[in-house]
Amino acid sequence: MPDQLIYAMEVFFNGLMAGVLYALVALGFVLIYKASGIFNYAQGVMALFAAMTLVGVMEGQVPFAHLINAVLGTKVHHFGWHLPAFVGIITTVIVMVILAWLVQRIIFKHLVGQEPIILFMATIGLAYFMEGLGDMMWGSEIKKLDVGLPQGINLWIDETTYNIFDYGFFIDNLDIVATIIAVTLVASLVIFAQYTKEGRAMRAVADDHQAALSVGVSLNFIWIMVWSVAGFVALVAGIMWGTKSGVQFSLSLIALKALPVLMLGGFTSIPGAIVGGLIIGVGEKLFEFLIGPLIGGATENWFAYVLALLLLVFRPQGLFGEKIIERV
Amino acid sequence: MFYREAGDFSTTYREDSQTFPIKFDRYRYYAVLLIAFAIIPFLLNDYWVNAIFLPFLIYSIAAIGLNILTGYCGQVSLGTGGFMAVGAYATYKLMTAFPEVSMVVHILLAGGITAFVGVLFGLPSLRIKGFYLAVATLAAQFFLVWLFNRVPWFYNYSASGQINSPERTLFGIPITGANTEPWAVYLFCLVFVTLSAIIARNLTRGAMGRKWMAIRDMDIAAEIIGVNPLTAKLSAFAISSFFVGVSGALFFSVYLGAVEVGEVFGINKSFLVLFMIIIGGLGSIFGSFAGAAFLVLLPVLLKNVLVTGLGWPTDLAAHLEFMIVGFLIIVFLIVEPHGIAQLWRVAKEKLRLWPFPH
Repeated sequence: MPDQLIYAMEVFFNGLMAGVLYALVALGFVLIYKASGIFNYAQGVMALFAAMTLVGVMEGQVPFAHLINAVLGTKVHHFGWHLPAFVGIITTVIVMVILAWLVQRIIFKHLVGQEPIILFMATIGLAYFMEGLGDMMWGSEIKKLDVGLPQGINLWIDETTYNIFDYGFFIDNLDIVATIIAVTLVASLVIFAQYTKEGRAMRAVADDHQAALSVGVSLNFIWIMVWSVAGFVALVAGIMWGTKSGVQFSLSLIALKALPVLMLGGFTSIPGAIVGGLIIGVGEKLFEFLIGPLIGGATENWFAYVLALLLLVFRPQGLFGEKIIERV
Repeated sequence: MFYREAGDFSTTYREDSQTFPIKFDRYRYYAVLLIAFAIIPFLLNDYWVNAIFLPFLIYSIAAIGLNILTGYCGQVSLGTGGFMAVGAYATYKLMTAFPEVSMVVHILLAGGITAFVGVLFGLPSLRIKGFYLAVATLAAQFFLVWLFNRVPWFYNYSASGQINSPERTLFGIPITGANTEPWAVYLFCLVFVTLSAIIARNLTRGAMGRKWMAIRDMDIAAEIIGVNPLTAKLSAFAISSFFVGVSGALFFSVYLGAVEVGEVFGINKSFLVLFMIIIGGLGSIFGSFAGAAFLVLLPVLLKNVLVTGLGWPTDLAAHLEFMIVGFLIIVFLIVEPHGIAQLWRVAKEKLRLWPFPH
């Protein structure tokens, strides 16, 4: 086999892994969008916020330490404990649920029935607010997140592929774990949406707010639930990306990576988010590998957008989206 | 007491359809122009120009541009930063290629080039709508920034990858480069701002503006009553991008002087200008000014109060600024979706009746 093809295969597999993570973030968007018609730009910042909270809780940081020190002139930083990962995760989940409740209560309750684009802009405002809040609570320096996920090159794949192709593939253990977790999460979300009472209520709300209300579904409850689930998905995404490259501001930019995934797959479709994520993950890695060196590199920033844009011109609803029907 | 139309009779059509039909408004407008052109230039120093007036004036142009597209035509764009970069790099290429041509021509040409690019990225708006389009304009943002970062021709193969604006004069007075006088750059930008505002105001209250607003309110209905969506949307993209390009050109050549594209014209710039028009008022020229003034003054104010006054660290003040901006966006969207401009309108309505409210 020619070398180029083997390298391309390695890039392909790595792209697939990255794609799963994009899909995971995109899933958070789809959930909220389906249930409430809100296109939640703040999803990426939620992932950052969740990861920051997790690190902060595990390390025993004092929330708002900088603010307290600046106002009161004290010097508090840490409580002085180190908690195990699962306690941290549970605390963070609770924080995300409270956050969901607050977001619903303070913001979106007052914006019911507004145009989608107004809601979208409100979530941009929310993203800014949470970015400031996260930094203020936990400090803006880059933090290390370690919840005990395996990291580093997977030796088994390296050896096996070396025996076959005379060239060992470099695939990170973390990516494999992330893929497994993402697949489990997606599967359980689908089961949740299809087979539980709450899931059915959620789909009813997504279908028609008025009709759902009239058969006794509490919109308020469903929305808080959906925001909580999205917060949980954000936490999982935050853990994956945070373990990979540290908890820092750039984590919130994964939302920007997930947007083209959504456009490609369609805003309303869970399978669309997954397929879109895979296409974009593989596409951008292969494009960077094959074409990138010819035109200056770092094409990953825009490739996904341009691909999605081109597709949208031909299929405005995305690959799997519901057909957009407009009436006057 | 003074602010009313009683006794203000229009005897010609011209008088009736002028921009400020109420006498008090008109005089106020002349007074503002007088102060801006004849008094402020004498009071300026470097700090005021660089910290407040130049950013305010230049962002006002960008906000007017985006307001035409988003506020009047209803097409949300997140590519403002990218289009500003087009304006900046177009000016740079023109300035270095034709040093003897006047800056005014360069800046207008840069606006024209940006308008062309804007139309190109506006083409998908004919097929896709709402936040699909908003996300699609992000393609423009990322692609353009990447382009200016990676293709050396745009920054004349300079080693740092930056672009630096060379010194150019207008009527013998330097307006770009290191040796500028505060009043000169202020007046130079002010002329552009005033002209932009007058043009934008008259476009939006004319036939073209009505078409844009019809598209914004419901594009299918607009199409049925005979508005051509192709020309309406693309003209909005073109004119909006023209203003944004002019503002990007001024931002680079007059205000900053040196630009690294990813830092200056990144996605945060797009959001900043979008926030300006949300806070100031969607679909209002006055709102563009109000929003630009607000978001330029807020960081300066916070810095002065918190960092200088209370001795907080700067990063904390920056975080607080993020929180306040985000909070205000949400508050305005909930309480007053038409922004500061609407508050102003309400105040004027009240004033009309004051002091006898019935």
